[in-house]
Parts: sequence; structure tokens; C-alpha cells
Amino acid sequence: MLRKIGKILGFQKDEPQSSLHDGEADTIPIPDEKIRAVVQPPVAAEQSRLPQLIAGCAQSVGRLRDHNEDAILVYSTLFSNQDSYVPVGLFIVADGMGGHKHGEVASGLAVRVVAREVIQKIMLGFMDIHPTPPEEGIQEILETSVMTAHRTITKESPGSGTTLTAVLILDKHMSIAHVGDCRAYAVNGQGKIEILTRDHSLVKRMMELGHLTEQEASVHPQRNVLYRALGQGEPFTPDISTTTVPESGHLLLCSDGLWGLVPQDEMVRIIQASPSPDSACQRLVSAANTAGGPDNISAILIQLPDFSD
Amino acid sequence: MNNPQSTQSFESDSELDVSQHLQAGTTLAERYTIQGIIGIGGMSAVYQARDMHFPNVTKLVAVKEMVNRALDPVVRSTIVRNFEREANLLASLEHRAIPRIYDYFTLNERSYLVIEYISGHDLEELVNNSNDFIQEERIVRWAIELCDVLSYLHNHKPEAIIFRDMKPSNVMINAQDHMVLVDFGIAKPFQAGKRGTMIGTEGYSPPEQYRGEASPQADIYALGATLHHAITRRDPRLEPPFSFHERPILQHNPNVSSVLVKVIERALEYNPEDRFQTAEDMKSAMLGVANETGMLSNISASISQAVRPSESIQPIWSFKCEDEIRGSPFFHNGVVYTGCYDNNLYALDANDGDFLWKYPAEGGIVSKPAYFDESIYFGSEDHRLHAVYIRTGRVNWTYFTKGPVRSSPFIAEGHIFIGSDDRFLHAVNATTGRPAWRVDAGSPVRSTPIVANDLVYVGSEAGDFYCLDFTGAIKWRFKAKRAVTSSAVVSKGVVYFGSVDSTIYALDAKTGWVIWRFRLGKPTISTPFLQDNLLFTGSVDGAIYCIDINSSKEVWRYTTEHQVTGSPIILKDSLYCGSVDGCLYCLEFRSGRLRWKFQTEGSITGTPVVWEDVISIGSTDHRIYAFEA
Ligand SMILES: Nc1ncnc2c1ncn2[C@@H]1O[C@H](COP(=O)(O)OP(=O)(O)O)[C@@H](O)[C@H]1O
Ligand SMILES: [Mg+2]
Repeated sequence: MLRKIGKILGFQKDEPQSSLHDGEADTIPIPDEKIRAVVQPPVAAEQSRLPQLIAGCAQSVGRLRDHNEDAILVYSTLFSNQDSYVPVGLFIVADGMGGHKHGEVASGLAVRVVAREVIQKIMLGFMDIHPTPPEEGIQEILETSVMTAHRTITKESPGSGTTLTAVLILDKHMSIAHVGDCRAYAVNGQGKIEILTRDHSLVKRMMELGHLTEQEASVHPQRNVLYRALGQGEPFTPDISTTTVPESGHLLLCSDGLWGLVPQDEMVRIIQASPSPDSACQRLVSAANTAGGPDNISAILIQLPDFSD
Repeated sequence: MNNPQSTQSFESDSELDVSQHLQAGTTLAERYTIQGIIGIGGMSAVYQARDMHFPNVTKLVAVKEMVNRALDPVVRSTIVRNFEREANLLASLEHRAIPRIYDYFTLNERSYLVIEYISGHDLEELVNNSNDFIQEERIVRWAIELCDVLSYLHNHKPEAIIFRDMKPSNVMINAQDHMVLVDFGIAKPFQAGKRGTMIGTEGYSPPEQYRGEASPQADIYALGATLHHAITRRDPRLEPPFSFHERPILQHNPNVSSVLVKVIERALEYNPEDRFQTAEDMKSAMLGVANETGMLSNISASISQAVRPSESIQPIWSFKCEDEIRGSPFFHNGVVYTGCYDNNLYALDANDGDFLWKYPAEGGIVSKPAYFDESIYFGSEDHRLHAVYIRTGRVNWTYFTKGPVRSSPFIAEGHIFIGSDDRFLHAVNATTGRPAWRVDAGSPVRSTPIVANDLVYVGSEAGDFYCLDFTGAIKWRFKAKRAVTSSAVVSKGVVYFGSVDSTIYALDAKTGWVIWRFRLGKPTISTPFLQDNLLFTGSVDGAIYCIDINSSKEVWRYTTEHQVTGSPIILKDSLYCGSVDGCLYCLEFRSGRLRWKFQTEGSITGTPVVWEDVISIGSTDHRIYAFEA
């Protein structure tokens, strides 16, 4: 492609030599259409696959709980125009908790506040007649939205709390905001699974440090204690990071009702054996229920566009 | 089953209404007239008040107010009784690091404690309100005072007093720069049963505190955590619990002496048995630090044993030009090229620094040359871009702009991209010296353009940052608040650059959307260097920064004695960077620890160049140096 452009502009070296010293430009900018006409191959009547994010999701109250305190959001769009295709997606899982059964209020508030701010500040700007980028950075917008959610919960539903894991995909960048112990995983085409978040769990932390065995942890009186959650005390800050979207494969977001019950390789097996993200999620959730389903279960699976070629 | 209506049912046990705080002018117990609020916590508020029993002088006191929210009358009166017992105990303490208790009383659901007013700031404010590290000497002195007061409390008879809540916001620094402990947890009973299934760890508490244990070693851990926070400027409440060892002190503040690091690390051991067993033990270790670092002499002189003494670092060669070297050297095929203020471009043998040839421009050369197809290219104050044959040092062609050229050339697709103070970005055919196009950038272009994925990126002195295609058409434009003199780097679809507005920007390379911004202490004109998801850059604040490019968090920062205007570069596991203080620094790139430094007799403003195992840099002492890397 570079070479081609070079040729049109007379950039290539084998151009006939002209005089050595010169003051004025002898090449005027070439209009866009003219370049495109040469650079782009004639459009064939074949269909092209657009780089869309195909998402599925599933939830279950589980087998022991009487209501669902998890909340999820799935928001996937694709903007295609001329030669640019921009996939945009926002995916959130929140696992609410609270002494007085108001976990669902916290998780619902968290999802709504974050989604609203992100859609308003990022997505709407994108859909403008003259697309206007937000003043703040994407990471700042995510961070502020989570802080706002935190304060909203503290005010509207004191005593309750929630975890939150949000993945924002903008073209080839993927930004994750994370608090608590829901998880985001990347599963590549070869079945390699990688965890993208770090649980904010006290017992987890003690295990990481080698002070608790898995056995001790599973019966530890504080095994459900998080050291960071929305609505639970200051100072508070989410983990935020931005990386390149994997070239292919899947992203999985889930609450601990799934990852705590279904082993990783089983999750990978289900994802690879399922015909669609939606059916994969159904199967993941029922695997967690088969394993006992002690908690609410939420899963979102996103099939990524294949950028590998 | 998400039910938004259920929000309503919370009204009853909602938080203390902030507007209910006492207004200035209110008089309590017909004696204490509120002047203003000092601190608001979850369960309490602290006011500054005037004691009206002393009408002729202004006697200030601090009044701590706690709200009793228990509804059950039995619980309620138990809380009040506990409070009164604690107040009596506190009133019996006598130590210069503990404020006096003057009075206490309870009015309806509120209990009050009247305390000696400390004029000063708490340590948390101090850390948050400054951009710089606190001097080690001060920290050691404070640490000794805190050990001293802990020792007083732990040896209290008949029962030891465990402070339990050592953290920066509970430690005040008075006007004489002495430490005072505030907040003896007297508000704690008012807080009982407030939290739900989760506990927010305080970040400073030791692991055994979660089992409800309190011991002198717990206070020692929390003191270690407090010192760690003050010295690294990293708030442990924002990090996973018990993760201090993952944030080695020297990684965040490489200027701390290693003896102090050891004492703090010992206080922060996971197991209480491994910490100092008593506050006196920790105090004598701190006194040892004060002795060893010679506290009175310059602290930064005693950095760490890993530092090679400067005398052992000698250049393998150096070459003297006729004037200052402000630009950056360039290496190609056994030859080092450097521009100089004496108007010459020098070509030197990279092995021994032997002079090969020089080429005279008609103005100083402050940029970095580039190579393409048997010629070397560079801009000069004489308004020209010069192309010189590397074999002979003779001119191939020159290209005129209408202003001094301080930008360095970037070569791609047989073309040279270069900025000029004439406000244009020029694209010039490298073989012929004929312009392909030029683009008006609206203000001087001193940054070096770069080309990545068929796009050209360049910043201007008015703060515009442009992305152009190969026709010179603008794809997008981003506006920084001040000049973009730094050049950009592109990696994985993100373009990074610094600005004189004191910010490092990470923008989506395709659209110019901001992914993150990182605030530095001062402006930067240094070009970032990327390695292993880390970004390295210098700033006018004198620091070399290392930033994680995924999370945009600072990993470490090394402070030199003057501005850092050039860029760092990395070879193997070392980072090399010059400073206007005249030194070339060699740091361990993952931790920022100093390996060695070499003092030149001038200032270093440019960026070093590396080849094989050699590193080279110019200085305003007229010399270009080469060192073994
Ligand atoms: N005696 C005092 N004099 C001046 N300021 C004080 C005094 N006591 C507390 N403060 C300020 O008020 C803040 C909160 O006080 P503290 O007793 O720690 O209350 P809390 O229980 O809310 O943590 C402290 O961090 C300090 O800045
Ligand atoms: Mg306090």
C-alpha cells in the first residue's frame, strides 16, 4: 500500500533526476478521490465481513438464592463508512451485595451510571455530524464514571455495594475499568485463556502471598470479603487499563458465580464447542448451576473480529 | 429482579446529613465558639473553636464531634459510657506528641471532645499538597518521634495502649515540625456495625488486624506503612492490601538511602514475629539510619551500594569541537555524526573518536542528523536542510526554508520530513532535494516528524499536533494547551508525545482521540522512549519518569539536579539519559535505580546514541563522549 501511494505522489526513487536546488513545490496535493480511485481495487460484488463485535449473554439466579443481585449491560455497535469500519462496544458485569438485600440496587445503579456517562461522552460524540472527540481521555471518562457510580451508591443506597467490570471497545483499543471480583478473560483461537483483571479479594490476596492455602481459603470466615467495592468507603479508585484488542478469539466477562464454579479449561471447552456466543453463555451458566449454583451467575461473551490477516 | 423502587426504603438509615454540621458562631456548652470545620470523617467532624473562658486572648481548641446513631437506648448509653471512659484515659496521657484533652461532654445524640489545637497540617495533606518527595532527613526525624510516642503508649500502665490507627491523616506536623498523634480511635464505638458484608481495609493495617488482634507489632506495621506512603507518595489504600513489597521504595524514590529502606521493610513484614518487636527497637534502628546517613551531610550522596563510584566511569574516548554541543549524535556504519554550535557537522570514527571530516553549515546545528542512501541529512540555524555525502563530507544538495531548522529529519519512502521555524512541515525528495509538498502548521515546527503506518505525525509550537497522510492532507488535529516540541512515538495504534503544558498524551493514532493523559510536574520537550509497555521521558522538573502505558500510572521517577530536556534511551537493562546538571545517568530501567553517572563540564541537553556496546553523548563543554555501556 505504501509503495502504491509512493508511486502516485512521485515518492519513489527511480524518478528522473531534476535540478538539485529548488525553492517551490512542484507537486500539489492530490485530491483524496483521485488517490482512492487508484489505491482501491474495484469493488467486487462479493460480500465482505465487517469487523463487528458479536455478543451473547446469559444470567441465572442460581439454585440457592431467591433473587438476582447481578446486573449486566451489553451494548455493541458498528459504524461503517467508506473504507473505515469502527466497532464500538460497552460490556459491563456488576455483582451487587449488601447487608439488607439491596445488592441489586447497587449493581443496577453502577451499570446505569457508568453506561450513561460513557455513552454520553464517548458514543454520542462519535455519532456527531462532525465527530468530536471528548476533551478528557477515555481512561479519565471511565474513571470518572466509576467514581460517580460509587458516590451515587453511597448516597442512594448506603450500606450496599457492588463490584463492577466494564470493557469499552473503541476500534482496536480495549479499555477495562475494574473493581471487585468479577472477571474479564481473553480466550484466543488456540484456546489459550488469559485473565485481564485482578480480583480485589482479601482472601485471594492472602493466597497470592502464600499465607493461605486454597483449602484454608475456601473455608475462611472472610472469604467473601472484598477490599475494594463501589459504595464501600474512601479513598476509592478503579483499576483502569487500555490495551490492544486481541486479533481474534473471544472476551468473557463473568461474575464469581461462574468463575468460582466452572474450571477455566471447562469454560474454554464450552466456548470453543458452542456455535454462537449466545449459546456458549447459556451453557456456561448451566455448567455453574450443575456445579451447585450457590450464587447468582452472569456471563457475557464477545466474539472478536478477526484482525489477524 | 433488579428493583429500582427499593431505593426508597433506605431513607431511614441514611448517612449523617452533612448540612447538619455546626455553623461558625455556634457556641457549645456556653464556652466553645465554633470558628470553622477542620476535618470531616464518616462518623465525626473536627472543628476549630475558640475557648470563651479566655475572653481577652484568643485561645484556640479543636472540638471533635461524634454522632451516636444507635437507636436502641441500651446500646446508645453504652457508647456514651465508652466514650467517657476513653476521654478520661486520654486526659491522663502526657507526652509532647499527644495533644492535651481539655474537656468532654455529650449533648443529645452528639458527644464532644475538646482537644489542644495543633496548628499545622496532617501528613496526608502534606503528601497530597506537594509534588515533591519529602526530604529523607525529615522523615527519619519524624519516624524517631513516632517510635518514641508509640513506645510511651505501649509501655503505659496498668495496660498497654495500642494506637491501632497509625496513618498519615492521624499524624499532624506542628509549627515546630514535630509530630503529634491525633485521633485515638475514640470515634470507633460510634462506628460499630455500620459496614455491611465488606470491610474497607485501611491500607495501613497489618494482616492480623483482620482477625481482630491488636499488638505493639500492629502499630509498628502501620507506622512502616505510613512511612512507606510518605516516602514513595503511593497511597496504600489504592493498592492491594499487604503489597508494600511489590512497591519497593527505591523503585518509586530512588534517592532514599538503603539503610532506611531496610528499616521500613522490616516494620512491614507480613508475620508479626518478623517485625521489630518493640517501638524502642525500631527507634534505635532509625537512630542507626540517622547515624549512617550522616543526616547532616548531603543525603543523596549516600544512595546505595549498587552504585559504581563515578571515578571508575571513564569515557573510552572524547572529542572536542569548537563550541557547545546541544543536539544529539547519530551513528551509522562505524561513524558518529554530531552537529555543533560552531556550525560544523562532525564525522568521527566510532571506535576511537578520530576526526574524519567536518562540513560547515552557516549556522549552529542543534538537531540530530539522519542517514539515507550514502548521504547524511540535518537542519541548521542557517534555515537550510543539508544533504552531505558520507564518504567525502561534501554537499549533495541543500534545501532552503524560511526560518531556522531545529527539527530533525525523518526519512521514509525516499523522502525527508522536517519542520522549520518558518511554520511549515516540509516533505523533500531525498535524492533530488526538491520539495514534494509543504504544509502550513500555523506556528514553528521544532519537533521531529515521524512516519508510522503511512501517516505522518508532527507537533507545533502553538500546541497543534497533526496527523497527515502522504499527500500532506490533514487526517486529524489535536490541540495541546502549549507547545509540542517533543517528538512522538507510535506503538500498537497509539501515538505518545509530551507537551510544554506538562502533560504526556496517549492518542489513538487513527483518530487522535485521547486515551489517557499523564500530568508531569513541569513541561516536557523530551521525546518519549518505549520499551516493554513502559514509557520513559524527561521533564523540566528534573525528573526522568517511567510510566506504565496500559494503566497510565507512574512506575518510578528519578530526580536529577536540573532539567531533563533530552530523551532517555535503553540498551539491554540500562537506561541512559543526560541532564542539564551535566551528568549522563545510567539507571536500571525497570527500577530507576542509579547504576552510575558521569559528570561532564557543561550541560547535557541532547539524547544519547547507542551502538553495539557503546553509548555516546554531547555536552555544552564542547565535547562528545563515548562510554562502554
Ligand atoms: N487537635 C487538632 N488540631 C488541629 N487539627 C486536628 C486536630 N485533631 C484532628 N485534626 C484534623 O482533623 C482531621 C480529622 O481528625 P481525626 O481525629 O483524625 O478524625 P477522624 O475520626 O474523622 O479520622 C485530622 O486528620 C487533622 O487534619
Ligand atoms: Mg483520623
